[in-house]
Parts: sequence; structure tokens; C-alpha cells
Amino acid sequence: MVLAAVGVITVRNPVHAALFLVLTFFTAAALWLLMEAEFLGIVLVLVYVGAVMVLFLFVVMMLDINVAKMREGFVRLLPLGILVAIVMAVEMLMVVGAKTFRIDPPAPLPLEVSNTKALGSVLYTDYVYAFEIAAVILLVAMIAAISLTLRRRPGTKHQKPSEQIRVKRDDRVRLVKMKTEKRTKDL
Amino acid sequence: MIPLSHFLILGAILFSLSVAGIFLNRKNLIIVLMSIELMLLSVNMNFIAFSHYRNDLAGQVFVFFILTVAAAEAAIGLAILVTLFRNRQTINVQDLDELKG
Repeated sequence: MVLAAVGVITVRNPVHAALFLVLTFFTAAALWLLMEAEFLGIVLVLVYVGAVMVLFLFVVMMLDINVAKMREGFVRLLPLGILVAIVMAVEMLMVVGAKTFRIDPPAPLPLEVSNTKALGSVLYTDYVYAFEIAAVILLVAMIAAISLTLRRRPGTKHQKPSEQIRVKRDDRVRLVKMKTEKRTKDL
Repeated sequence: MIPLSHFLILGAILFSLSVAGIFLNRKNLIIVLMSIELMLLSVNMNFIAFSHYRNDLAGQVFVFFILTVAAAEAAIGLAILVTLFRNRQTINVQDLDELKG
């Protein structure tokens, strides 16, 4: 998993970075399954790998980027980045490596306990307002994404249903009144 | 038996890696977004580890909400990215200086 994460930040091609990120998510989902968070592990695979990463891949392939130009400054920033990462990692490891956190895992739950059921029963009772706010956030995100990327190009042809329905007979049909012609005698 | 601190160490390493990713790929906005996703994943890892070891379901509920917000953030971020690319033909962070005073 750490190797996959290293791959995300170092590979040259954004598509490969996205695929490495998928690998990272899969590994994380497996670890979550081990920690008896079955529902969230499956949600991670379905939502993240299935939706968000596909979105990433679509965007990466839709924009044609000059990869070589993007790599400028990579080598220059490499020592700085590694330094910052190592400092942060050492600090956090000193905190979480302390003896306080050396807790042994609890006894495994019996088989008939359903993680999904427990999560649902607490989600819809204690956290129902937060759940509704999450729903609103998703709605706002959907509307924002659509309205940001929607554009009307000139020259494309659209149907206008309202005008099609509103049309009257007189708009389409023109009755022409004309005199009947005289019959020619000689024929 | 794996103690809790191993999961916390894994989360810390992932977080540092994503910070390094933001530093290294400062020019490529897509990889910066991916690093942010990685960061959220490491935080979620910590939440789930604590929730498992403390036998408390609240951590998992919180992870659920973080996932929701992260999905929304990714969608909006990518939409902004697409609009940006359409207007400027670049996603280089250093070219985006329209708001410079």
C-alpha cells in the first residue's frame, strides 16, 4: 500500500497515477475489512474505485496535458518534498508510536453481528441530522458540477419543446385564396 | 496480534506521502487532487482503527460522512478543472494568476 502511494506521487503519467491510486484504495479497503468495518470497506471500493476514480480517469483523458512540461521543477523540489515528508512522518511516528497506543485488538465479534446493520441503526437515529446535511451536500455538489461544466455552444441545434407544443395551426398552414381559372374553350 | 499503533503508523506514513506529493507535483493540478484524496484516506484509516480498537461505532459514522464530503469535493474540483482547462488550455498552477492584483 505504501508502495502504491509512492507510485501515485512519483509516476510520470497521470493515468498511471490514477491506477496506482486505485490500487491504494483497494488495499485500504482490504485493511478496513480486516478491522471489521465491512460496510465502509465495500463502500470504499464501490464509490471510490467505481465512481470517483473513473471520474478522475475521464478528466485525465479528456484534457490533453503536456506531461513533460508538468515535470519541470520535479527534481528541484524533490529534496524539499522528501525533507518535509520525513520531518512530518518522524513527528507523527513519535506521537503514535508511544506506549499509549499499543492496545491489543478486541476479541473478534461473533459472526452473527452485522456491521452494516449496526451502522445503519446508529446512522438513522443518533446522526440523522448529519445524514440529511450530507444528502444536501451531495445535491449541491451535483448541481455545482453540472452547472460548471454545462456550456451552450453556438451553432448546435436544439429542440424547443415549449414552442413545439405552443404552435397553432395558423403558424404552419397558409391558406391561399385564388380565383379559379377559366376553362379554355378550344381544347 | 496487530496493535493499534501499527495502523496509526501506516496512516501517518500515508499522510506524509501525500504531503510530499503535493510538494513534488505542484504544477499538475490533477495529481494535487489525487494527493488530497490520499490524505483523506489516511485520516479515514486512523478513524477506522480507533473505532475498531475502542469498540465505538461513531468513528465509522464519521468516516461515512468524510467519504461523502470527499466525493463531493472531488466532483466539484474536477468540474472546476475542466472549466479551467477550457478557458486557459492549461492546468499548470503557476499559470493561474488571473487574480493577481
